[in-house]
Amino acid sequence: MTVYAVLVTFASLWMAKQAYSWFPPEAAAEAKLLDDLFSLFTGLGTFIYLGVIGPFIYSLIFHRAEKYDLSDGPDIEGNTWLEIIWTVTPLILVVTLSFVSYRTYEKMSIRGPMELVHLHMPQMVEPAYAEPFDSTPQQEIQEAVETSPIEEIDVVAKQWAWIFHYPNQDVTSTELHLPVDRRVRFKLHSEDVLHGFYVPAFRLSQYVVPHEDIDFELTPVKIGTYRLRDSMYSGTYFAANQTDVVVQSASDYQQWLADAAAQTPTPAFNPANYEYSQVFEPGSGNTKDKVAVRGWATIPPAPPPVVNYAPKHEPESPPV
Amino acid sequence: MTNISIEAPEVVRGQPYPGAPDNWKRFFTFSTDHKVIGIQYIVTSFVFYLIGGLFAMIMRGELITPEADLVDRTVYNALFTMHGSVMLFFWTFPVLVGLGNYLVPLMIGARDMAFPRLNAVSFWMIPIAGILMMSSFLVPGGPSQSGWWAYPPVSLQNPTGNLINGQVLWILSVAISGVSSIMGAVNFVTTICRMRAPGMTWFKTPAFVWAVLAAQLIQLYGLPALTGGAVMLLLDLTIGTSFFNPEGGGNPILYQHFFWFYSHPAVYVMVLPAFGTFSEVLPVHARKPLFGYRVIAASSLIITVISSAVWVHHMFASATPSWMRMFFMVTTMLVAIPSGVKVFGWVATVWGGKIRFTTPMLFALGGISNWLFAGITGIFLGSAPIDLHVHNTYFVVGHFHYVLYGAIVMAIYAAIYHWFPKMTGRMYYEGLGKLHFVLTYIGTALIFLPMHPLGLMGMPRRVASYDPEFAYWNVVASIGGFLLGLSTLPFILNMVSSWIRGEKVGNNPWRAYGLEWLTSSPPTVENFEETPIVISGPYGYGRHQPLVEHAPNPGLTDFPESFTKQPSS
Ligand code: HEM
Ligand SMILES: [Cu+2]
Ligand SMILES: [Cu+2]
Repeated sequence: MTVYAVLVTFASLWMAKQAYSWFPPEAAAEAKLLDDLFSLFTGLGTFIYLGVIGPFIYSLIFHRAEKYDLSDGPDIEGNTWLEIIWTVTPLILVVTLSFVSYRTYEKMSIRGPMELVHLHMPQMVEPAYAEPFDSTPQQEIQEAVETSPIEEIDVVAKQWAWIFHYPNQDVTSTELHLPVDRRVRFKLHSEDVLHGFYVPAFRLSQYVVPHEDIDFELTPVKIGTYRLRDSMYSGTYFAANQTDVVVQSASDYQQWLADAAAQTPTPAFNPANYEYSQVFEPGSGNTKDKVAVRGWATIPPAPPPVVNYAPKHEPESPPV
Repeated sequence: MTNISIEAPEVVRGQPYPGAPDNWKRFFTFSTDHKVIGIQYIVTSFVFYLIGGLFAMIMRGELITPEADLVDRTVYNALFTMHGSVMLFFWTFPVLVGLGNYLVPLMIGARDMAFPRLNAVSFWMIPIAGILMMSSFLVPGGPSQSGWWAYPPVSLQNPTGNLINGQVLWILSVAISGVSSIMGAVNFVTTICRMRAPGMTWFKTPAFVWAVLAAQLIQLYGLPALTGGAVMLLLDLTIGTSFFNPEGGGNPILYQHFFWFYSHPAVYVMVLPAFGTFSEVLPVHARKPLFGYRVIAASSLIITVISSAVWVHHMFASATPSWMRMFFMVTTMLVAIPSGVKVFGWVATVWGGKIRFTTPMLFALGGISNWLFAGITGIFLGSAPIDLHVHNTYFVVGHFHYVLYGAIVMAIYAAIYHWFPKMTGRMYYEGLGKLHFVLTYIGTALIFLPMHPLGLMGMPRRVASYDPEFAYWNVVASIGGFLLGLSTLPFILNMVSSWIRGEKVGNNPWRAYGLEWLTSSPPTVENFEETPIVISGPYGYGRHQPLVEHAPNPGLTDFPESFTKQPSS
């Protein structure tokens, strides 16, 4: 019994550690917060799972009926103390988990401007929850998250393309470029249906709702190239509605903006458009011809976006 | 023990159905016998299960490689839409209604459901609605491609311009099945509240009956919201109103509230009868009373109440304000408590029992272990920040398939095997049953476990193609999927051949303690010749106390001596 409890504890700690390796790189301050939370959930979840499944399997192995034993087991109906314990323990547990989740959510402060007022202007009515609950290692993250956004980027989602507009330089792009260690505020717009703005490396997603402007904030902290995916099913070419997110040093980023601003807008390659045109003009020896079963009509994709900057993809490279 | 007559059993034991054919043909009639209707539901929905399963196999075939190369994207989108819709509306709901129909009157000592004709009408709407949904494969634009949520504005986009299109047929079909469910719910609630045998107080009522009652109460409060939302969607789609269409100033998020207000609780409409099944099967095959029976019974109703206030956890990533995210995060997590109480009760029931690994027992045990896992990932999803990462990824697909397949479908199999001798008077083949269990359990783990890491890595659900980094786990999942497809073969073989020539067993081969086992197998037309008078609670294993005052079917004698109270002297 005690041995099993010790084993379960170790297994839970081990799983909590492992949990970090199940994710893409932590490319945003929010990602670190989320991974800590997830690790906590994994540890406790493992503990509960093993704590219940162990006795369960034990009884299945050791409390089996003898071959010709047709008698009944002991007539035990219940046990009030046991039942109270196993109601109250989960209650405490879920209240704790809710509370910790709430704190993490507060720290991420991904919400729109109305709600951010409190966090960004500490001199205003300051709710108690503003101070970080475990200080040292989290401090940096917290500071990164609490600074005011310095970049504003308009994000336009449509069937099926992402377009990013940098209002200060009036640059448009189909690839999202972000400066590292700077808080960014996005204004999300959709031109047609619901889309989902989702960068797994940032651990954040948010629906983009037609005719509604949604503010969304985050802080990239790691240089690299990540994937932005549409998380909300948006119709025929939904799966192809992806693009790259390039997190760069501040100077590279400024350079990129300047270069892009110097370019004249041209139509960018768009996988949805490309596939659509292949279905209707087949025969050019491309992947689309290998599809075994052809389907039904679809609404035509919007025309390819006209932007200053588009990644130089060959037609073959996007996942079709 | 007094044998009353030798003739009586002859009349009682057959399957005479006055005025109706006395063979398999009765299953194709407008029968009002709850037992015939129960089997009609079960068999019909099983056919849809196979159809939905076929769609799933094709989807797993597509996903075995990163490219969209097996089927076109439009076909893939139609397949996942139809898969989800068929599995929920034409398999899980109806098969559970079928089990409830068969069992509830027998378990509470009633002769039939409260409204037998309404019952028959409810059933016949199911094949009609199902065929309507399938017929959308034949209309020009093909089936609906907007997912089983049918979120606008995607569901309002109509590339063909025809008035009759897949989406319209889909809405009509779902509406018909909804009306059928409402009628069924009225019938169940009335039957359970008004027709329990004398002496069967609430705390003498089996846990399965409690669970069915709790589930059907959800139908009564929830379905009107879904139906209202569906009608508004239909109007938007056909005559161009703008309830949900942003083009005309409508609000697509409003639809999500209508939809999830019903569709979250709907998962409990499905899982509660599954819990009820676990609560019935374990005591019989572990030969112990259900541990904490009263709490387990009551927790079903608590789930009904709490689950009416959690729906926004499906909308954390919509334009949902923070206070709402936080409020619904807490309510969602609270559901874990009544669910947890049940799991602990089941573990305590097998603890120290005299366990026999029969096929129904294996399915029940496997189902409970899967439910435990699914419940824990459910807590993860309930946490708003975690959900913001995994929402609409394969993590969610893994979670709800662990519930739907791992727990609910396993419970359905457990129920079918457990009550098979009751329904047919014959025994299934244990070897085939065990083979079925092993294939199902391994298949479930192989296909649905890998979906969790896929989701954490960021693979969105509903994609026909994906980045190559996701290939490994998808191959594993596809293998598991094909294994699950294979696993249905021994089941079908077993059911068909055992029904025709399985070994004839007595009325109560499990020596189970419960009213449904106090009648012949298969039961006579009106179940009980005399209304049983219940004198003790369910699950009297090891207690040696009679369940009823006198034998409701005098002449049937092969019950454990403890079942009926012997006339004193
Ligand atoms: C402990 C109990 C449960 C909790 C806490 C829970 C929690 C959740 C949450 C928060 C989501 C939303 C995830 C997202 O969309 O990002 C979800 C999705 C889902 N759950 Fe559960 N759940 C529980 C039990 C169940 C049960 C019993 C079922 C079915 C019988 C079920 C079926 C589903 C389904 C079908 C979805 C997906 C909905 C969709 O996105 O289409 N869950 N669950
Ligand atoms: Cu493929
Ligand atoms: Cu839900």
